[in-house]
This record gives sequence, C-alpha cells and structure tokens, in this order.
Amino acid sequence: MTTEPKIDYGPDARGRFGPYGGRYVPETLVGPLEELEQAYIEARADAGFRRDVENLNRNFAGRPTPLQFAERLTAHLGGPRIYLKREDLLHTGAHKINNCIGQGLLAARMGKRRIVAETGAGQHGVASAAVAAHLGFECVVYMGTEDMDRQRLNVGRMRLMGAQVVGVDSGSRTLKDAVNEAMRDWVTHVRTTHYLLGSVLGPHPYPVMVRDFHSVIGIEARRQILEAEGRLPDALFACVGGGSNAIGLFHPFLDAASVKMIGVEAGGRGTTLGEHAARLSAALGYGGARPGVLQGMYTFVLQTPEGQISTTHSVSAGLDYPAIGPEHAWLADQGRAEYTAVSDDAAIDALRLLARTEGILCAIETAHGLAELIRRAPKMHRDELVIVNLSGRGDKDMEILSRLA
Amino acid sequence: MNPSLTTAASRLSRCFSELRRTGELGLVAYITAGDPSIEATERFVMALAKAGADVIELGVPFSDPVADGPTIQRASERALRSGTTLAGVLALVRKIRVRTEIPLVIFTYFNPILQMGIQSFADAAVEAGADGVLVTDLTPEESEDYRRILHGAGAGRGLDTIFLVAPTSSDARMRRISEVSTGFLYLISRTGVTGESSALADGLPALLRRVRAATSLPIAVGFGISQPGHVSILGGLADAAVVGSALVAEIEGGANIDAAVAAVSARAKLLKQAARQGMSRREDLGSVNP
Repeated sequence: MTTEPKIDYGPDARGRFGPYGGRYVPETLVGPLEELEQAYIEARADAGFRRDVENLNRNFAGRPTPLQFAERLTAHLGGPRIYLKREDLLHTGAHKINNCIGQGLLAARMGKRRIVAETGAGQHGVASAAVAAHLGFECVVYMGTEDMDRQRLNVGRMRLMGAQVVGVDSGSRTLKDAVNEAMRDWVTHVRTTHYLLGSVLGPHPYPVMVRDFHSVIGIEARRQILEAEGRLPDALFACVGGGSNAIGLFHPFLDAASVKMIGVEAGGRGTTLGEHAARLSAALGYGGARPGVLQGMYTFVLQTPEGQISTTHSVSAGLDYPAIGPEHAWLADQGRAEYTAVSDDAAIDALRLLARTEGILCAIETAHGLAELIRRAPKMHRDELVIVNLSGRGDKDMEILSRLA
Repeated sequence: MNPSLTTAASRLSRCFSELRRTGELGLVAYITAGDPSIEATERFVMALAKAGADVIELGVPFSDPVADGPTIQRASERALRSGTTLAGVLALVRKIRVRTEIPLVIFTYFNPILQMGIQSFADAAVEAGADGVLVTDLTPEESEDYRRILHGAGAGRGLDTIFLVAPTSSDARMRRISEVSTGFLYLISRTGVTGESSALADGLPALLRRVRAATSLPIAVGFGISQPGHVSILGGLADAAVVGSALVAEIEGGANIDAAVAAVSARAKLLKQAARQGMSRREDLGSVNP
C-alpha cells in the first residue's frame, strides 16, 4: 500500500490482464461490483484509509514480518543463499490476513456489517473470522465438507471467533464449491453483505484489489533483502493455488528484470486430469487446462473438452482449486514468471526438511514452493540469492501429517 | 429498440406480439435438459407446449451453477451424470423443432459455449432451430463478440440474445441492457439465486415500472415464481412469467418419467390458467408499445 510498482502489468479499466480476468457474473452482482471498485479506488487514494490498514497490519497482524536467512537449510542444500519471508508468523498463521484487513476496512467504509468468505485450508476463513470479530462484523464462512474434515482445527478456530462455518456438500466439496456457495450468499444478501474473497480470483476488482493488499509482502521483502545483502534476489519462489501469496511477493519485483519468479502449483498424485491442480504446467504433462470462464473470470481452468469444470486433487486444501488468478496467467504468457508443479510427496518431504533444518513447521501449501527450490538448488550457484515466501504455518496440518507418518 | 434486431419477426417476437394482442400473460417454462435424460426432456417439452407454455427455456447443465439454487443445482448434477453436453442439447433442439413451433431458448453458463467456440455453437443452434440464447454469467460489457456472432449466425438468420436485468441494475444499466437484448428482456424478480419462494418480492411492481420505463421489449419475470397466485399478480405488469424450479421440482419428485410428465403438465396448466384469468387487467398496459 505504500509505494506503487514502477511497471504496471495491468489490469486495464475493465479488469483485464492481457486477455485474462474481466467480470463474468450474474447481472445482480454487476452493480455491487461497480460500487466495490469505486469504493476501493477512493479508499486507495485516501491517506486515512492507508493509515488504518498500516495500523492494523502492524498492531493486529504483526507486520512487518522478518526476512530470515535460512542458514542451515542453505548449508544442507549446498546451493543458493536462501531467505524465508516469514508470513507464517502473522496473526492467524498465514499471509491471508493482509487481504482481510484491507477488505474488512473497506467493508466498514461501505457500511457493510456482514462478511461472507470462502475457505479451502481454512487460513482465509480464520483470518476473515478474526478481522470480522475485531471490527464487530457478522461473519459466515463457506467451506467444503472434505476440507472441514481435513482442516478441522481451523474450523474450531473460526467458530471460537464467532464465525458461522457452513459446510458445502456439492461438487468436489472443496474450495471451488465453497466459492460457489459464497457467491450465492452474496447475490442473495448483496445490499448488506461484503464478499471477502480470499485470493486473486473472481470478477474485477477482486484480483487487483487482493493483489494490492498483499503487495506489502514484496515491498517489505525488497527493502529487507537490500538491507541484508545489498542487492536484489535472483529468484523468488512461492506456491500458487489462486495465487495470492505469490502475487504479493512477485508484484513489487516485476520491474526488476533480473529477478526470476517461480510459481509452484500442486502436482497432486499424477498428471491425469482430476489427479492434480496444475493449471499452467501443461509443458510438464499435466492435462486438462485451457482458458475458460469460471467464477467471474477468464483464465486457465482445469476442465473437460465440453467445458465442465474438473475436480482436482492436492494434499493441500489451499491449492486444491481448478483455476488460477488471471494475473498469473498473464505473467506466464509474457514469460515474466515461470510456473511449475510438484507432487504431494515432494511437498511433504520439503515440509519435513524445513522442520528439521530450521525449526519451522510450514503449511503443506507453502511447502510446494520450497520443494521446487530444493529440486533446483543443486544446480544453482552458491552466491545466488533466493527468497521463498513462507506463506503459512503448518499447525493446521498436524492431523494430515500424523496420518502420513 | 426493435423487439428483435436480428430477424424481422423471430419466433420469439411473434410469440410476444401475439400475447400482447390478446392481452394474455405468457408462460415461459424452464427445465434442465438431460434431467434425468435427454429422451425424458423431449417428452417434458412436448407436454409443456401442449399444456400452454408459450416459450421453452432449455437449461444446459453446468458443473458450477453459481446463479442457481439447490433445486436446479441438483437437476444439473443429474443431467451431467446422464452425460448431457451442449452438443447433446442442440441435438435435442433439432428433434423438438420438427415436432413443434414453440420458441426455444438455450439457457446456459458461458463456459460450455466458449469451449465449443462461439461461432460453432451459434451456427449449430440456428441450424437446430433454436430461437434465442440467454447466458447467465455474461453481461453486455463482456459480450461484444458473442452478440455480433449470434446476431449473424446461420448465414444471417441469427439468434435472439436475451440479457437479464436485476433489482440492483441502475436505470442507466437497464437501458444499456435493453439496447443489446433482442426477443425479450428477462427481469430477475429479487436478489438471489433461482428457486421457489412463498411470496413475490414486495418491491416487484415498482421494479417492473422501472424496467418498463427503460425498455420497449417484452419483459419476462423470473426467479421465485411458482404459484398460480404469483402469475396472476404479474398479469397486469409483465409480458410473461418464467417458471423454473417449480417444474424442475415436479420432475425431481416424479416416481417415474410418466408421472413426471403428468405432474409437469398439470403444473403448467394451472399456471397458464392463472395467466389467462389473472385478477390484473392487461388493458392497463395499453399505452406501452402498442
């Protein structure tokens, strides 16, 4: 929120990143989305609003987060110097709270006192519940029943903070279906309710607004790496479900051509459609992704030839989603960022390695970014510098991890 | 603001002109194609036409129907399980078209059309005998190519492009939506998803007056219309009532296809009777687009 990036990669006035993005919604939502866009444009230009965001970021969420040199992981891998952007240390345990603070304050400005949200891993749900409680809002969180089962701890956290968690039993009973249900709630209660969408997804202005609220990650990291090393990093790594933590880190570095960006998708347990959640990794053999329209946006979507949205698989609920944020699709087209995928197993191995070498238990989502770095590290030079976005902590995953042990 | 920009007298415009001439409220019947099978859908459509429906909307099932309530969500799941595709729905249109002249509207989400290719879809739809297309998640702003292609499809024979207006649409948006719509305008009666409700929204008459002021197109009102009482209230206010979830619920509840055909037919007859004998008088609308 503090500095604007020098290169504007979009979107245009209609919310398009190249051909991607836009606003494909039932007519009932068009007026409310226009109002939201207008309110956001006004808020962004308002020093008082920016001050309120910064204040909550600092005093409620715990920003700035450290950029930690991972000394033992670096020594273990024998490759580049590795820095971890410690978003896992934020209140509620993941980067998601950055966006919830921004949108929560925006909802307050708009006079909306009821928040609906979707959640996959539960991290966005918990952050929404926390911000709603902090601001005195009613909060309803939609969550697939499969995700409620595998992220039970987060369901309990949300309920403790006063949120109503509604199980979604349709479709694949995961994040995609939770988004559908949140949109249905919003379209029904649109006059009193703000939809606190949790990733760089959905109709304009969500992808740009959520990106802006998360850009604080990259803005801090850029300053911190310059302080620590006196130069910009050579590469950034982040996991990509919808893509909010990745875009938050990447965006403030877009103007620095020497900085490579690697987004890591969920390769799940195979390359066949239905076995993974890799939308931009067709080159690696992951099947079923083509541009299409889902949940308000035009982007790469895992789907059948007839245009029905595919089910997906990932061990991590937060990456288990068939579409990718439109800005990522555009960065991939432009060759500005590179996208790849790692398997469930590789992610779990990475999580364990980080835990043992650094004493940090990260989320399984986060571990996907780390796994790709681990794969590449042997081929990288010792004086190369990389930043991994440590987007969330892994407490929520203890049940899954103990089942795998 | 011609009722149909595409063809001088499309089946839809002819249908609505005739309804205006007789002062009768039209009945637009929605069912999800392929629920529970394409063969059953053909029987439902023929029964609905015979029972007095004026226009049929054939829903194309989609995996993620964000604008639909539970009833149509379940119907979409059943239709997808029975293997229904957009191509299959167009083949059904072709079979229905040789049996009846009732106007047929394809009601769908955008992605299936996009994956078939807008041009291929539009040409195939004209060829099959469809009259119009309504895409739930496509707005005027995102639909420039779509409109150009549909209006010119089938060597210029064209398809009507029906768009929706909602209670949250401003007057200016209503005018803009009317400008890009042909055939009729679909008014969403309340904020929310499809599904039955016990009563019509309180603000509906005022909303209808607002839409009337913005368009000279026929107006069909949908979402939450299920009872004869709802239909008879609309009699003086709208050109047609759209009934969807109530019919789909009859199909869902039928013990077998024969029973479902009978139930759908009985419900449509009841609604059409209410449309013909509504307590409101169509003459109230004498000044509108004579």
